[in-house]
Amino acid sequence: MDSRAILAEIPRLRRYARAMLGDRAAADDLVQDTLERAWSRLFQWRPGSDMRAWLFGIMHNLRVDQLRRPKLATQSIDEDDFDVPTRPTQTDELELRDIESALNHLPDEQREVLLLVALEEMGYADIATTLGIPVGTVMSRLSRGRERLRLIMNGDNANARLRVVR
Amino acid sequence: MSALPITEADLQAWVDAALPEARRAEVEDWLAAQPAEAERVRAYREQKQALRSLFDPVLDEPLPENLSALASPPPGAAIERPPKPLLERWSLQRFAAGVLIALVSGLAGWMVHDRYPSAENLARTSPLPHQAAVAHAVFSPDVRRPVEVGAENEDQLVAWLSKRLGTPVRPPKLGSLGFELIGGRLLPGNSGPVAQFMYQDATGQRLTLYVSTENATNQDTAFRFAKEGQVNVFYWIDGKFGYALSAGIDKGKLARIATAVYDQLDRK
Repeated sequence: MDSRAILAEIPRLRRYARAMLGDRAAADDLVQDTLERAWSRLFQWRPGSDMRAWLFGIMHNLRVDQLRRPKLATQSIDEDDFDVPTRPTQTDELELRDIESALNHLPDEQREVLLLVALEEMGYADIATTLGIPVGTVMSRLSRGRERLRLIMNGDNANARLRVVR
Repeated sequence: MSALPITEADLQAWVDAALPEARRAEVEDWLAAQPAEAERVRAYREQKQALRSLFDPVLDEPLPENLSALASPPPGAAIERPPKPLLERWSLQRFAAGVLIALVSGLAGWMVHDRYPSAENLARTSPLPHQAAVAHAVFSPDVRRPVEVGAENEDQLVAWLSKRLGTPVRPPKLGSLGFELIGGRLLPGNSGPVAQFMYQDATGQRLTLYVSTENATNQDTAFRFAKEGQVNVFYWIDGKFGYALSAGIDKGKLARIATAVYDQLDRK
């Protein structure tokens, strides 16, 4: 792993982290943690393999660790059960039209896939490897995430699609 | 038309321009006849574009120094060593040595296993003073509920603890030494119930007698002394019984009480 190659990846890691977390400082902290872990786990890197996928995988795992730490149940109950997150959104019509805040209304799993596709232009199979999930799961998260984002951006039936989970 | 049906995955791949040319044409033919779906996938392409315009500027931001520094290995970083392949770690010699050690120790263990109490029995008997001291430390400072059954119901206490321990137990009388029974309680031991009797003198100094019936070795011992923090413990094994007398009083005085307790116990 040479310094030039890794230096070239840092801006991309920052872009993705910024889009995932929204907050600049938190995103750069995540990038820093990712790079430190990458250096300490250098032996896991197979020369010739895709360094970008490796780094994004490390970042993904760190983020999963972070989300698990402070609270136990951060994962949505089931991606299928919600169509829209449950924060009261009546007064947010305008805000919701903004793609950045709309993005923040997606569950983590969907946002992650959506951003790897949109920003990194990673192939579906590479995303599956990076996140450690089957390709079918990548496709369904992508499809749901895009549709949810579209509905939120339209601002029309976002609330109408809210289902009561018993 | 012999083409495969258009799936949602095809549509997503169309958005990402990830379809082979022939399939792309089929999807576009299909979309031409499906205005709602065409509208939907166009919206997806716009999302993608919007996300790029929103976040691409991050690529051009100057890197913070702490990040650009990490393009090189951090100084003094603990870089983990790769685990060596299994075969390399288990060289033939080491493997052979391991087998030899296993054989010898197995044989030795078999030869001596009758002469020494097993590790399990040791583990079971040795923590007696520790358990007793902890139980003393937990319950003796309790002002309002130091015991479960008070001395005013001594008959009930004796009947209850005897029943639970499966053997008659009776609190010794220590009045001549200034300690009166205030009651007792049942506690969990290593493998079953143990009893704790509590006494108090005129100054409020408390003393506990811990009685366990878990001693499996049946090897009697002389008095032994242990100190756990502020708590002094005299303990001994008598048949299946293990006794531990704990108090925050000096060793000499505790020894006299221990002797008195010992003298009162039923001899079989």
